[in-house]
Amino acid sequence: MKKLAIMVLAAVLAFAAASPCRAADTIKIGAILAVTGPASNLGAPEARTLEMLVDDMNAKGGISGKKIQLIMKDSASSPEKAVSFAKQLIEEEKVFAIIGPSTSGETMAIKNIAEEGKTILLSCAAAEVIVNPVAAHVFKVAPKDSFAVDMIFEQMKKMKISKIGVLSSNTGFGKAGKEQVEKRAPGHGIQIVASEVYDKAATDLTAEVTKMKSANVQAILNWSIEPAQAIVIKNARQIGFKGPIFQSHGFGNIKYAEAAGPAAEGVIFPASRLLIADSLPKNNPQKAVLIKYKKDYELKCHGEECSTFGGHAYDALMILARAIKEKGFDRAAVRSAIENMKGFVGTAGIFNFSPSDHNGLDMKAFEMLTVRHGKFAPLSK
Amino acid sequence: MNLELLFQYIVAGITYGTIYAVVAIGFNIIYNATGIINFAQGEFVMLGGMTAVTLSGFLPLPAAILGAVIITMMIGGLVEIVFIRWLKSPSVLRMIIITIGLSIVIREVALHIWGEGVRALPYFSGTSVSSINLWGVFISPQVLWVIGISSVMVFFLSLFFNYTLTGRQMRACAANRDAARLCGINAGNMVTLSFMLSAAIGALGGCIVSPITYVQYDSGTPLAIKGFTVAILGGLGNSTAAVAAGMILGILESFSIWVLPAAYKDVVSITILLAILFIRPSGIFGDAEAARLKEY
Repeated sequence: MKKLAIMVLAAVLAFAAASPCRAADTIKIGAILAVTGPASNLGAPEARTLEMLVDDMNAKGGISGKKIQLIMKDSASSPEKAVSFAKQLIEEEKVFAIIGPSTSGETMAIKNIAEEGKTILLSCAAAEVIVNPVAAHVFKVAPKDSFAVDMIFEQMKKMKISKIGVLSSNTGFGKAGKEQVEKRAPGHGIQIVASEVYDKAATDLTAEVTKMKSANVQAILNWSIEPAQAIVIKNARQIGFKGPIFQSHGFGNIKYAEAAGPAAEGVIFPASRLLIADSLPKNNPQKAVLIKYKKDYELKCHGEECSTFGGHAYDALMILARAIKEKGFDRAAVRSAIENMKGFVGTAGIFNFSPSDHNGLDMKAFEMLTVRHGKFAPLSK
Repeated sequence: MNLELLFQYIVAGITYGTIYAVVAIGFNIIYNATGIINFAQGEFVMLGGMTAVTLSGFLPLPAAILGAVIITMMIGGLVEIVFIRWLKSPSVLRMIIITIGLSIVIREVALHIWGEGVRALPYFSGTSVSSINLWGVFISPQVLWVIGISSVMVFFLSLFFNYTLTGRQMRACAANRDAARLCGINAGNMVTLSFMLSAAIGALGGCIVSPITYVQYDSGTPLAIKGFTVAILGGLGNSTAAVAAGMILGILESFSIWVLPAAYKDVVSITILLAILFIRPSGIFGDAEAARLKEY
């Protein structure tokens, strides 16, 4: 019996020793995305986009001859889970790079872990604090919330709005956005007369919008990414609030507009041109990339409309792929390739990275959009 | 705070209070019949809402809701027959762990069937923007549906428990199971019936509230916690008190916005739960003596 056990153990060890030989032909890329949970409208399209792209690339031979092994982890937008998955991916799986997380709170939780583990992190989240202060290995592909705030305030000035109420969720994204809003409002002549923070899983916000209405605000600005975005709109219209409602760039998934139904008409928000790809002029440099991604995604996902969030995952993976094609599989070389990449045409805009700018996007990445007849449309000037 | 704002807050509080009360009544029915706290109660609410949304894809709305209630009722009965019935005088701790485990399983199954997205039924009357102006207070017509249907439900439940034979049999089992058995009442069936009834009530609650809030595969757990709070607040087992306690909790939560940031809404309900458990565990309306005498 003992002999048999020793032989079995030897066989198992032999197998274990043999596997790394197969792994030499693949490159491990990790992904931490909020596929379920309050941010699922961000993480689910991101996950589907990555799977779609990895399948495509592997069918064509992978990146520079090596197939991609995508290791996806669902963090359910919990920073705690993101931390444990990050440690697992960096220390156990020794992934080449990590794409994600989907939300700002999770990204901030793992920023130091990625930096210390010298693993490239391409976050799909928006908060400015992710790249300010700059950490050598941490990049983000979503446009800065400060740009979104500036665009919204410019629009408000055009509409002669000066008194607003601000609602934000208690997530990393909501808090970062609120901070930017409060910092930049005086510069644009906007006065915040009421400000409320709600829980990310909130299901009713009637009391909060009632408070705003009674403070006689001219417009409501909501900064969050949860389904609560749609609930705010519904509740506000139900209590008879007639002023314009502004959302953050976290509104970029048509499901939010669908969830709010007729209440979503006229909502104004900044977003990437991906959402209105079809109506872009032919000479727009992004149009080709956007249309191709849109077609591929909608084909793969049975007609589900693409969102800006899936676009972030596309940008992250394609930036990584281009850097690897240029510099091979040395981590430090790839990192500096990304850091110095210029003119990359992505879904969120045209990226120009630099050692001091690990985001690469400027205000031109955004376009002001609105909801018309249940669809996203450009806000006519 | 002006009068209009006060009424708006009260209406918001009553809407939520009604839903919490419905969940609490579900807790109470099962507790009365078996002594079990069924932590999967919130999942019944979620299942009702999700099933109704799926059915409304090809059935008219009233039929979809009826179908959802019946299907959830069957699931409730099945849960009891498969997991609870064959246990011989289980301890309270064992039952709690079993029901918590069941709620997790149901939640994951729901995730696989319906995915992670949020669903909502269409508004019963009007749309997401219609609002009725009652004395300066704007409310969605759905709120009236919620309050109306819940009141009708509570009314029929009290008729059921007081004037029908089956209802009285369930009350007999709750009072003293052995004596009820001696009278020829099938206690085992009463337990199954109590699960089915709780599931049906939860499912109906889920359907009527889903247009204004959403149902998602994990929206059952927070509701179960709030419903449990309300059940304890009113005195475990006392359904009429549950309605009053539901209103109290709903209105307290709603007014808490005035003094605390809105993110602390849940803190308010948990604090109340903790306070009641420390100070007066038999609930505001419960009788400490009677609670100690109950045995299973």
